[in-house]
Amino acid sequence: MFRFLAGFGSYWMLLGRVFARPEKHSIYYRQTVKELISLGLRSMGIVIIISFFMGAVITLQTAYNTENPIYPTYLIGLGARDSILLEFSSTIVALILAGKVGSNIASEIGTMRVTEQIDALELMGINSASYIILPKVVATVLFNPFLTLISIITGIVGGWIAGTAAGVITSQDYIYGIQYAFIPYYITYALIKTVVFAFIITTVSAYQGYIVEGGSLEVGRASTKAVVYSSIAILLFNVILTQLLLS
Amino acid sequence: MIRAEHITKSFAGREVIRDISAVFEPGQTNLIIGRSGSGKTVFLKCLVGLLEVDEGKVFYNDVLFTGLDFKARKEIRKEMGMLFQGAALFDSMTVEENVRFPLDMFTDMSREEKSDRVNFCLERVNIVNSNHLSPAELSGGMRKRVAIARAIVLKPRFLFCDEPNSGLDPKTSIVIDELIREITVELNMTTIVNTHDMNSVMENGEKIIFIEEGEKCWEGNKDEILKSDCRLLNDFVFANALAKQLKESSK
Repeated sequence: MFRFLAGFGSYWMLLGRVFARPEKHSIYYRQTVKELISLGLRSMGIVIIISFFMGAVITLQTAYNTENPIYPTYLIGLGARDSILLEFSSTIVALILAGKVGSNIASEIGTMRVTEQIDALELMGINSASYIILPKVVATVLFNPFLTLISIITGIVGGWIAGTAAGVITSQDYIYGIQYAFIPYYITYALIKTVVFAFIITTVSAYQGYIVEGGSLEVGRASTKAVVYSSIAILLFNVILTQLLLS
Repeated sequence: MIRAEHITKSFAGREVIRDISAVFEPGQTNLIIGRSGSGKTVFLKCLVGLLEVDEGKVFYNDVLFTGLDFKARKEIRKEMGMLFQGAALFDSMTVEENVRFPLDMFTDMSREEKSDRVNFCLERVNIVNSNHLSPAELSGGMRKRVAIARAIVLKPRFLFCDEPNSGLDPKTSIVIDELIREITVELNMTTIVNTHDMNSVMENGEKIIFIEEGEKCWEGNKDEILKSDCRLLNDFVFANALAKQLKESSK
């Protein structure tokens, strides 16, 4: 318990340093653009692939679980849309990104720590926490909502292709279903969750990397911890945000 | 000039360095020698502020460095350069970007001025036509030389080198030693080098401090080291057969 509290305290102290006033804005801007490409654009491929198949499976499962003459088939489209919108494109994609981006951040910063690159920055009088972590936080918080929107669109398209190809729903019913009783606030809800999850993934993973002591073995452990802790935090905040935003 | 007074540092209740005092003069290469694990690196990191001292004071040209906060230390840090044991080049940057980095962060020089300064420093450490290589493409000796170029690019007044010869062959070690000595004189820097390389000691040891188990055991220069009566120092310096022969012949 004491270790958890000490770790929690040092996490917040690190965040205090991360959000200190940047030394030179032009350098931070350049770093943020680099991180947008590295953490954002390079995650698009995996998000598109996973979302497509996720949408396909959700549609097929919804169809096979609602095989009842009372239910109109367009409800398959509605069910798939709401599942993708409310949960899968924000939470599941965040969990996948915790694995991809989180381990990347922790191992990158951990390696910088054990190879004394962070010491080199500190020696120059640069706030290493801010220089290394702030551009990553800004990049993911700005870009992950786009990933969520791409995931929503790809998931719905995946569901449409799988549903019509398997013959469980007609194209007309699916398109009617995804428009039926649409609540625009669900998109806002998904995007708010995405922003919070992006912040969690980046800061928790960066913290795990920043406090590494030792060598390559410890960097590997930090990378694993980053994925585990950020995933747990995402699941916890998923419950909290759902209660706060949908109740 | 750097002055350290009664520096003590502990980790988890264990004193790693105890009550070390020393004065390091400008324009000369000051060496800190000792076995691996004797506390040399901890002492060096206390001097530069990468580790906070438990007790004692560090002065840079009579300014109390240990009493300053991060912001106030920044001005003194701009006058420091450091060569880390593994060079600590930024992996995500090219050779040129690594050397240019301090200029980007702390100066308002134009692109051309920065480029000229970077090329001058790289040429000074004999690195040519390698500006666009990444650190992973460099040999150990080249990495150290690029790190020296980065350390001197802002014309520092204080240069710190932690084990500059570790992992290098004897010939490359001599090149690095000569480079450090020449640059120290050229820029009139206060240079402190951590080493356990006896060739460096005999070549560069204008002032030598010997640390054993966290305590300063001996202080002198390369001429005095051969005639010392300090048993611990002799055990360290004359550890191999060749060195023992040298000791016998000097008597």
